[in-house]
Amino acid sequence: MIVVNTEMLPGYHIKEVKGLVQGNTIRAKHVGRDMMAGLKNLVGGEIKGYTELLVEARRQALERMLAQAEQLGANAVVNVRFTTSAVTQGAAELYAYGTAVIVEEE
Amino acid sequence: MGWEFWIQVIPVVVFLILGVSIGGFVERRHFKQLAIREAALADIIVTNLKTIPKQCVSQSCRLVVGDVTIASDYFKTFAASLRMLIGGELRTYESLMERARRESLVRMLEQAKQLGANAVYNVRFGTSSIRSAQRRNRAAMVEMCAYGTAVRLIDPMLCIKQP
Repeated sequence: MIVVNTEMLPGYHIKEVKGLVQGNTIRAKHVGRDMMAGLKNLVGGEIKGYTELLVEARRQALERMLAQAEQLGANAVVNVRFTTSAVTQGAAELYAYGTAVIVEEE
Repeated sequence: MGWEFWIQVIPVVVFLILGVSIGGFVERRHFKQLAIREAALADIIVTNLKTIPKQCVSQSCRLVVGDVTIASDYFKTFAASLRMLIGGELRTYESLMERARRESLVRMLEQAKQLGANAVYNVRFGTSSIRSAQRRNRAAMVEMCAYGTAVRLIDPMLCIKQP
């Protein structure tokens, strides 16, 4: 499966558009991580726990999106975008969406 | 002034000193490291152009993402909350945003380099709010992500000149 965030795929042409596919996830870290993050707010610096949280959430959202694309029989997803929203404190909602297409090599 | 007063003031002063010293040290070190890592990645072309020139690509495209979360220190938050009383530019938060943005971009580029790419197209930035939202006495925290499409161009200079 080819995943890009550009509208076109160089070297390929889009044979068929399968439609919008999406994946979302809301994840949180355990309370200890939240407390550590609170401490980090005193001295500044990177909060590794939350970076990890973001990376995991993004991967999962992408995976769910790809699963949907696979179900539609697509072999590529173009124009992928990410958005986030604040559901509750300490959790991140990640939403990935794109257009599932069937591409053919030129 | 009783001891109750000092019990309230002393922690604030200690946190401020901690924030200025450790926070400042962490920030300076981060900027130094960023400069070194950016220099190592300078050969990759970064653009937010949407279309990748067809004749230039020698390898399939891949999505690359860089995530980072950076916390503000106590001094920055304190200085910003004072500044918000009179309004104007919040300089202490500007450096925070810059660090987050540059760090996420560098992480994205490192991923691109690992894939053997020499250009990243359609770069976008996004922010999220794990903790910074919905809090009265909010502690600033930046969650930044940069993403784009990594490609290997056959002749980078030519492709940039003639899209």
